[in-house]
Amino acid sequence: MGGIVFNRIEGRSTGFWALLIGLGVVAAIGLWAAYVMDHYGHAITGMNRQVVWGIPHVFAFFLILASAGALNVASLSSVFDQSVYKPIARLSSFLAIVVMAGGLSILVLDLGRPDRLVLTFQYFNFTSIFSLNIFLYTGFWALCFLYLWAMFEDSKRWTRPVGIVAFAWRIILTTGTGSILGFIYAREMIHSALLAPIFIVLSLIVGVAIFILVTLATFRLSGRFLDDRLVIKMKDLLAWFVMAGLYLVVIDNLTRLYYPARQDVVEFLVRSGDPYAPVFWLGQILLGAAIPLFLFFHPKTGQSIRWIAIATGMVIVGAFAQLYVTVIGFQALPLELFPGMEVKSTFYDGRFATYTSTLYEWALGVGMTAMVGVLYLLGIKLFRMVPREVRMEKAL
Amino acid sequence: MDTDRRTFLALGASCLAAGMMAPVIRVFASAGADAQGASAARRWGMVIDVNKCADGCTACVEACAKENKSPNFGEERINIQWIRKAEVKAKVPGAQARSLPLLCNHCENPPCAYVCPTGATFKRDDGIVLVDKHRCIGCRYCIISCPYNARSLVFKQPDEVEAMGGNPDVPRRGKGVVESCDFCVRRVDAGRQPACVEACAKAGHRALVFGDLRDPGSEAARLVATSRTQTIRGDLGTQPKVHYMGL
Repeated sequence: MGGIVFNRIEGRSTGFWALLIGLGVVAAIGLWAAYVMDHYGHAITGMNRQVVWGIPHVFAFFLILASAGALNVASLSSVFDQSVYKPIARLSSFLAIVVMAGGLSILVLDLGRPDRLVLTFQYFNFTSIFSLNIFLYTGFWALCFLYLWAMFEDSKRWTRPVGIVAFAWRIILTTGTGSILGFIYAREMIHSALLAPIFIVLSLIVGVAIFILVTLATFRLSGRFLDDRLVIKMKDLLAWFVMAGLYLVVIDNLTRLYYPARQDVVEFLVRSGDPYAPVFWLGQILLGAAIPLFLFFHPKTGQSIRWIAIATGMVIVGAFAQLYVTVIGFQALPLELFPGMEVKSTFYDGRFATYTSTLYEWALGVGMTAMVGVLYLLGIKLFRMVPREVRMEKAL
Repeated sequence: MDTDRRTFLALGASCLAAGMMAPVIRVFASAGADAQGASAARRWGMVIDVNKCADGCTACVEACAKENKSPNFGEERINIQWIRKAEVKAKVPGAQARSLPLLCNHCENPPCAYVCPTGATFKRDDGIVLVDKHRCIGCRYCIISCPYNARSLVFKQPDEVEAMGGNPDVPRRGKGVVESCDFCVRRVDAGRQPACVEACAKAGHRALVFGDLRDPGSEAARLVATSRTQTIRGDLGTQPKVHYMGL
């Protein structure tokens, strides 16, 4: 990467330490919440017999997808020869590593028996997409480390081949993550081959969106120059991903709508589901797609870094809303044990389940996200990853 | 610093690569080591005659809870029920509700076992679907995948319930693992009937018939062969081994 000067951020300012300590405290609260959940059991969460994956799983899916998507900029640089992204490719790979650490931490700490994690390596079930994902997640981590090493060494011999494998790997990884839900044929709301591509696109959306905000914050707060045109270029990319995501969600639900036996599922999603329908319309569609797309394509706001940052933040909230509706919503829908008949029992049969998340669950999710922040800050302080300046002419 | 950085990255990648290989090594090392003691010549199943199942009778539910020390946490949200009574009726005016028990269907193609990452949920050679509670990590993926709503997470340690007594043959429950009906496997292995079946007969209904579906001489096999029985969500291809008559 000749010509580009990378260095560590100084990390001596009060602001840096305040941010690091603040995030560290939130991460510690998250670990405490995990300990309490482990000690008292999941009874202290809002989960119940029907909704067994709650807010922690939404955070976990969110961060895992964000991790795979965060690598997008590095892939564009070394796989698609977009040299303009080279100065920020190291950050992209490093962000992927730390965000994956956050997602997997939540997944593990939310287990009923987190102390038995080692059993997932000791016993392996090849028919389980969960098991395959363990390969995919740890493999992705290893590849990102290797990729980062190749970039640090400025090794053209390694960067491209590793980049290509990492690119393919993250597509398979997000396919695997989507398939955790998409393969479940008992659940009409999620059983769809389209869920894998929906998750791939969602990964690109959250990954790029988080990368834009993190890069902006890193450069601004450390007093470095980041060319506005590079941010606008990433914004354009994000806008295409948002449109692709919207398209897939629409076509997935239209397919269900044309199947009379599945119309109740769409009805639940878009009208009757409480709070899923409002979260779908206000969070996923309005905040996550419609308003950001308007801001991205508007001649004035689409060129303003401030507005781009605001719209990108909205996209992140919208993606979280989409995962909330997808991951929690399908569990709230009663299983159809006797199609065409009414069922009731003392075991929630035939009833819409309710789920009210507790502070412990939020503390775990937010805490491990804060841990990602801690790791990121330590990373850019310890390793030469942030270029002194990024100018488009120079990069091109 | 450069050397440190190289070492750090190389170590990180190596450790993760080694971690990835662990399951593969385990798979090769354990090939063929998981044989079960049950006989594959048998296929345990149940036939439920809905016409004989009395409204309001919960003898099977109570017997199951007693036999398996199912804790009543006093919260419907987290209570454990291996068998439950449900009311089913057609969505037409004046339709009569039918009362019937619902339980794990011990599917021939159990989705819970297919998705379990550690193989903690498995199908015994005789078709009974079990959970190895020492291997379950509590990921709850099996609950998500079960089409029959038949699995429960132990949401908290049921100490206070166990202190009240119960079946000494049932192992102590630990929180954070998933469980479901096991057809009272200890009883079946001892040549007895599941507790729910015994209780139903004792209550004078005889709505539940348990037996070897591969033994033409068993009543369960005879009923499946000669009566109009149906399974729940048979369209999913899970091949449940709980059959219903008169539904």
